[in-house]
Amino acid sequence: MSILVNKDTKVIVQGFTGKEGTFHAEQCLAYGTKIVGGVTPNKGGQEHLGLPVFNIVSDAVKTTGATVSMIFVPPAFVGDAVMEAADAGIELAVVITEGAPVRDMQMAKAYATKKGMKTIGPNCPGIITAQECKIGIMPGNIFKKGNIGLISKSGTLTYEGANQVCKEGFGISTAVGIGGDPIIGLSYKQLLPMFEADPETKAIVMIGEIGGDLEIQAAAFIKKNITKPVVAFIAGQTAPKGKRMGHAGAIVSGSAGTAAEKMEALKAAGVTVVVSPAEIGKAVKEALSK
Amino acid sequence: MNIHEYQAKQIFAKYGVPTPRGIVANTPDEALINAKELGGSIWVVKAQIHAGGRGLGGGVKLARSLDEVKTLASEIIGMTLVTHQTGPEGKLVQKVYIEEGADIKDELYLGVVLDRAKEMPVIMASTEGGMAIEDVAHDTPEKIIKIAVDPAIGFQGFHGRELVFGLGITDPDEQKKLINFASKLYKVYMDNDAEMIEINPLIKTGSGDFLALDGKMGFDDSALGRHPDIEAMRDLSEEDPDEREAGQYGLSYVSLDGEIGCMVNGAGLAMGTMDTINYMGGTPANFLDVGGKANAETVAKGFEIILKNPNVKAIFVNIFGGIVRCDRIANGILEATKLVDVHVPVIVRLDGTNAEEATEILKNANIPNVIAATDLADGAAKAVKAAKGEK
Repeated sequence: MSILVNKDTKVIVQGFTGKEGTFHAEQCLAYGTKIVGGVTPNKGGQEHLGLPVFNIVSDAVKTTGATVSMIFVPPAFVGDAVMEAADAGIELAVVITEGAPVRDMQMAKAYATKKGMKTIGPNCPGIITAQECKIGIMPGNIFKKGNIGLISKSGTLTYEGANQVCKEGFGISTAVGIGGDPIIGLSYKQLLPMFEADPETKAIVMIGEIGGDLEIQAAAFIKKNITKPVVAFIAGQTAPKGKRMGHAGAIVSGSAGTAAEKMEALKAAGVTVVVSPAEIGKAVKEALSK
Repeated sequence: MNIHEYQAKQIFAKYGVPTPRGIVANTPDEALINAKELGGSIWVVKAQIHAGGRGLGGGVKLARSLDEVKTLASEIIGMTLVTHQTGPEGKLVQKVYIEEGADIKDELYLGVVLDRAKEMPVIMASTEGGMAIEDVAHDTPEKIIKIAVDPAIGFQGFHGRELVFGLGITDPDEQKKLINFASKLYKVYMDNDAEMIEINPLIKTGSGDFLALDGKMGFDDSALGRHPDIEAMRDLSEEDPDEREAGQYGLSYVSLDGEIGCMVNGAGLAMGTMDTINYMGGTPANFLDVGGKANAETVAKGFEIILKNPNVKAIFVNIFGGIVRCDRIANGILEATKLVDVHVPVIVRLDGTNAEEATEILKNANIPNVIAATDLADGAAKAVKAAKGEK
């Protein structure tokens, strides 16, 4: 078991023939992901990486039966691509692209929700079910199969966390990079119950950062609904107010969205909160030995 | 990206959002000419910097004669204005906005921002105009009205009614004017991919008109590509030169006041590295994300920018290679030591894609200042020690 994706998941790539799309589709195929085709307007009918290319998503879905789309289109076209995927009946869109305008994502997410499509990202490393299915840009080799679910706003902290968990002798069930933009698709609150329901997952690592209140929402949700141990790290304790720290959404506005308030809320919800990401592996080990 | 008040008011004017008349000036002489052109007997001379609290800092003054306009302009242009938003170093004023005096009967607050929880724009309004909205939110949150507007339906009549009744405006004529004002402001926000608009204060005049007495706008950087007119309003002198230079090389940099320079891939790990240094008893000198396309040139540039800060006593390079290949970073470090005088200890932790090749490259190069670290905790501990001058 795992959440959202597994070895049977059929995936198409929007922005398939571009440089990024090509490189990462190859990597995903090598990992074992069932990529069944891709979409690039005006290249329909061609073959790329030995797979069919379509002009529009609905043709790709009809022909291949894909349920997931991995999106690599340039930032200005992300909103359009997400809505096209939703319209074509895709169940999950994984948006890797960084720098999509916020206004476009407001529209796209509202439409995706209306159509019943889940979205991961944008500006994220994607999702990986260890040794089964990688839909994204993460280095697959560090995700050993195991019982820890991971949710992170940050790409490299996903790798750091997974690596530590594996070094402690555990492994990953599914890891989801949810992205660091102001508006993102699936968040902690939607993913936590999936991990709670997944029999393979024994504990959950959640990595957050300054800005917004998704971690606070998660804390309230955990308190009520989650029985599995949760270990959390919030990046940006030392970040100055009013400065954007790399991610478009990582900014403390006024006095809202600080690491301190998020850490407090999570602690109050019974979560093991570590002060440094270097402690994630150890904390997971301790949480599971209780 | 942020713009000046006078630029925000130019955008307002284009959309019919009423403002007092005004003209920007670069010199006291221009200020005088502008005041003459505006006419009247009372003018406001306003410092143009990207920070709030200008009035309290002495950057907004009332002039009752043309001579006074010129005198005040010559005082304000060239002054270093310190407000609660500029930091103690303040900001140099290079332009003033000369505006006609207004007949203020009442002061309100009106803004539009993104509500991240609701994932749509929210109109914020308050009867407590002229005060810092953060203070109002803290002391009397009930005095702030928030009206979320779903972009799929846009600004509707009921949004307007919620606004005017929420603010206690009873005169039908005034209601109509304010609803019209807010509806246009929402359009300004959406059409221009604004991140925030703040009008504080929005005034009601003696004749019952509403005017934007101030105007502050910030924009979504990701959307600037489709707004060349807004991009053209960028005032480079308002931006940190190091942050800007870093940006040109695809690096994301924020300077801090500690001693340990940081070079990291990924924004989350970069913050996590700063937090770990802090946890181990050191102080981070900067945030620096080398991004997903790091190469020898960008790494060398990163070193150069970090080392411009005289407080830096050690540098911690912390890379977890995913897309970024560690061997490229290692070569970048070698390159950097040739191009830049790296005179402080450099602690290097490379993990992930091609980490072994990278370790080999650094080992063979045998650079005296470079100290290898095995993981994040080890690297941070070594960096803290090195910054304290310990081995």
